[in-house]
Amino acid sequence: MQSLLDISGLGFERDGRQLVSGLSFAVKPGEVLRIEGPNGAGKTSLLRVLAGLYSGYQGDIRFNDELLTSRCRPLLQQQSLFLGHSPAIKMTLTARENLEWLAALQCRQVSAGILEAALAQVGLTGYEDVPCRQMSAGQQRRVALARLFLAPLSLWMLDEPFTALDKTAVLELEGWINDFAAQGGAVVLTTHHDLTTVTPLQSIVLEGSR
Amino acid sequence: MNPLTLTGLCRALLRRELTVMLRSRAELANPLFFFLMVCALFPLGLGPSPQLLATMAPGILWIVALLSVLMASDSLFRSDFEDGTLEQVLLSPVSLYLIVLIKTLGHWLLTGLPLTLLAPLLALMLQMPSSGLVVLVLSLAAGSLVLSFIAAIGAALTVGLKRGGVLLSLLVLPLFVPVLIFGSAAVQRAVQGMDSVSPLALLAAMALLSLALAPLAIAGALRVSLDQ
Repeated sequence: MQSLLDISGLGFERDGRQLVSGLSFAVKPGEVLRIEGPNGAGKTSLLRVLAGLYSGYQGDIRFNDELLTSRCRPLLQQQSLFLGHSPAIKMTLTARENLEWLAALQCRQVSAGILEAALAQVGLTGYEDVPCRQMSAGQQRRVALARLFLAPLSLWMLDEPFTALDKTAVLELEGWINDFAAQGGAVVLTTHHDLTTVTPLQSIVLEGSR
Repeated sequence: MNPLTLTGLCRALLRRELTVMLRSRAELANPLFFFLMVCALFPLGLGPSPQLLATMAPGILWIVALLSVLMASDSLFRSDFEDGTLEQVLLSPVSLYLIVLIKTLGHWLLTGLPLTLLAPLLALMLQMPSSGLVVLVLSLAAGSLVLSFIAAIGAALTVGLKRGGVLLSLLVLPLFVPVLIFGSAAVQRAVQGMDSVSPLALLAAMALLSLALAPLAIAGALRVSLDQ
């Protein structure tokens, strides 16, 4: 099968330390790739390079066989979702307002039905119009995760997605990742969490600078 | 899952910007209070002589309005930077030019515009002749728009820094100077009964130019600030 994401000879440095060099890997539809490594090994930086937030890298990144430059990557931007450490949720806005605006950023208008279904999927039925300030950290995280169900996507890039989630939510998220992969989606994630139920799982290990 | 039209997109961006600002009332009221309080201090410091205040009023109003805009702009991108919103904005397929244009306009609507509307009241308090009021409002309306856009460039450049406030002032104040010169000149000429069309026209030209060009600089500055 043709690979969705094809990385060859990737290298980057942070603050004068070469974190990654000559890294090559590919992610096919239906695959889950986990980036492992100790703190400071460049896991988050690698995800930011893939998402297009950090342009100081060498090497080639191809998405659907199209070479990505640091600026011009419309296809990746439309078909992928990057969830970083900060959930991009405005505390003063309600869950509904947050998600509507984040969908608008993807040039999409979501109907109330889709929005409520997405919030129900992450277990926030009844919280549609509650300001996010009044939610717990885990619930805020769930609002951010609801974006995964707002639009058809082909690639999820998740940076430490299990932070602040309770045990059931962790299992649920693992289930969503499995379902998404079964439907032909690809997932790249970083986590220190044991992904017990996610199969099949690929890993790359970043060793950090020495 | 319908694609969004351009108008729908602009409406969604503007509505969100205004909602976020309107729900943090304290931040919204701060620049207005600053404007009010500092202008109220001048008669106390300079003495209550009406002639003295009347001659100084155009300059006082313009300088304090300028500082209020600067103060309000420091937080323009900060909360979006801290909660990860800016990352998502940069990853969006929507043009960054459009997003920052609408964001800065929304910010001006809730800071520069209220300052402009408050100014005539403070002008009367400072004994400014009423012949200058219309020009004061017009010059501040156009001028504060220019100031907002210039300050937004500085705010975008300093957003990644822990204490960007001082640097922001250093970067932005020199660029404010032409606006201040033409703005207060327009009001002074009106007060003295002279024609003030030419400084007003220059301010309007600056406003249009900053609407068209400043978003390019803001977008570039944001990309630089977040590229790490």
